[in-house]
Amino acid sequence: MTHLLETKGLEIRFGGVVAADKITLQIDAGRNLAIIGPNGAGKTTFLNICAGWLKPAKGKVYFEGRDVTPLSPRQITRRGVARAFQIPQLFTEHTALENLLIAAAARDRLRNPIRALKDRRQRAEMMHLLDLIDCTDVAHRQVDELSKGQRKLIDIAVALALEPKLLLMDEPTSGVASSEKFDVMEILVKALAEAEVTAVFVVHDMGIVEKYADEVAVWNMGKLEMRGSPQDVLEHPDVIRDVIGEVA
Amino acid sequence: MRGGQISIRFIIPAVLLLLLAFVPFGAPGLQVLLTLALAKGIAVMGITVLLRSGQVAFGHALYFAIAAYGGAFTLMLMPGADLNVVFLLGLNVAVLSGVIVGLFAARYRFTFFAMLNLAFSMIFWSILEKFYHYTGGADGMRLPRPTVFWMELERGPYEILMFYLALGLALGLGWFSMRWLESPTGQLFRTIKTNETRLQYLGMSPQRVMLTGYVLSALLCGVGGIIMGLVQNVVTPEYAFWVRSGEMVFIAVLGGAGSVPGALVAAAIYEIVRTYASAFAGDIWQLVLGTFLLIIILFAPGGIAGIYNSVMDRIAGKKEEGE
Repeated sequence: MTHLLETKGLEIRFGGVVAADKITLQIDAGRNLAIIGPNGAGKTTFLNICAGWLKPAKGKVYFEGRDVTPLSPRQITRRGVARAFQIPQLFTEHTALENLLIAAAARDRLRNPIRALKDRRQRAEMMHLLDLIDCTDVAHRQVDELSKGQRKLIDIAVALALEPKLLLMDEPTSGVASSEKFDVMEILVKALAEAEVTAVFVVHDMGIVEKYADEVAVWNMGKLEMRGSPQDVLEHPDVIRDVIGEVA
Repeated sequence: MRGGQISIRFIIPAVLLLLLAFVPFGAPGLQVLLTLALAKGIAVMGITVLLRSGQVAFGHALYFAIAAYGGAFTLMLMPGADLNVVFLLGLNVAVLSGVIVGLFAARYRFTFFAMLNLAFSMIFWSILEKFYHYTGGADGMRLPRPTVFWMELERGPYEILMFYLALGLALGLGWFSMRWLESPTGQLFRTIKTNETRLQYLGMSPQRVMLTGYVLSALLCGVGGIIMGLVQNVVTPEYAFWVRSGEMVFIAVLGGAGSVPGALVAAAIYEIVRTYASAFAGDIWQLVLGTFLLIIILFAPGGIAGIYNSVMDRIAGKKEEGE
């Protein structure tokens, strides 16, 4: 069976720091994977390698069975891997809706270069996406006027507008007020399910891992130390000691 | 009242346009001056397009000169060539050069982008100066009047034709540029200013997006250059000199960085101020223009377009209050 994403023996170092140490992992479609681990464990590095931003010294990345290791982020995006960021990467001079429309235009590879951006069909499609993330009321506001939570959601919606098969998210709830975290995740998981997108997300909040992940992978010192269901992993004494930081 | 706002905002440009259309009959003394201003305005639209991506090109006089010299060589090799042929060949050379230089320039941003463009324009300027036997050196090349649909026109009708051609192209290309900037390609081009990283993660190549806008700006500068050459009947290396590039940036800022209609209006104001200031203020016309720019930067950074929009907003606001 072909996995959606597969990595084999990924290795990368930054000076003396080993950020990825023989990472071999398979991710199947429809199974949302949470990556947890202490700071500096190499979680974001893993996402950056999968997205093509970093090239591993050794190892391979396969997407839908094809080797994508030498490809650029642009080429990998076109294969169906989208990326959402810890700090939202948006077009700050544009409105929320325009950010999505630009993504949709990029997805359609600019078929008609002179057609107005606000094409009626695409506009309706993107308004639906904004509706899914509960942001229709801010559609016409410039993104730098929005709250952190809203910007996070728009950043993810921009990635979803590309109609990816896999979404790599770095800390989807960082910077979001604790009272809003679960609301943001509820909206997000609903949107992912409707779009039939598999997500890999780096996260520090164990409550979110427990509630929204199908599987959990534990990173430590650049190594994939453990993988399993949220219940099994979060109750493991090593995880409690090294990641959660409580005495078992 | 939305309709009210629209009418107020568009009546003034429409009236100005109407007056402009009657210049050859009502104020023939201004005709050549305004043709040159329109030519410069079209070239400045090229700078304006680039400014939307946050890049300032300090060497776009290169394309202004290349198109004009392209036209001059066409007329030298094919005496009596038709205006359409001169235009087509001149612009082709400018666009081709835009693609070649753009392949390098599109990889750089900000200072390096500006300086790389400047370097290319100065290389071309040196070639024009040094290859005297081909380019006429500092004396330049003549652009004898081309035929128009194989008809030889006298100076008067030819200049009227060039005026309307410049006006038509300014309006047509202005509309096209604004439309392009609002199109998906144009919007992607504008995002270079704010977030190239995201652009890559949308599956787009920032270099390719930049190149598209760069070639459009080269085309616009080329159109301006060829009109200028055909109206002045001569093209000199000064067309490619860095001062000319600086002048284009100056006018673009004056018009309102990024405003296409502002570029045309600013070019007209610049040309008129320059002509009359140099006639009446002798050697200090640069001082007059410099002060003018300083005032714009300090007190109206949105340029002429910004001033116009804020005045119109105020009028529309008062009208709404009255209702």
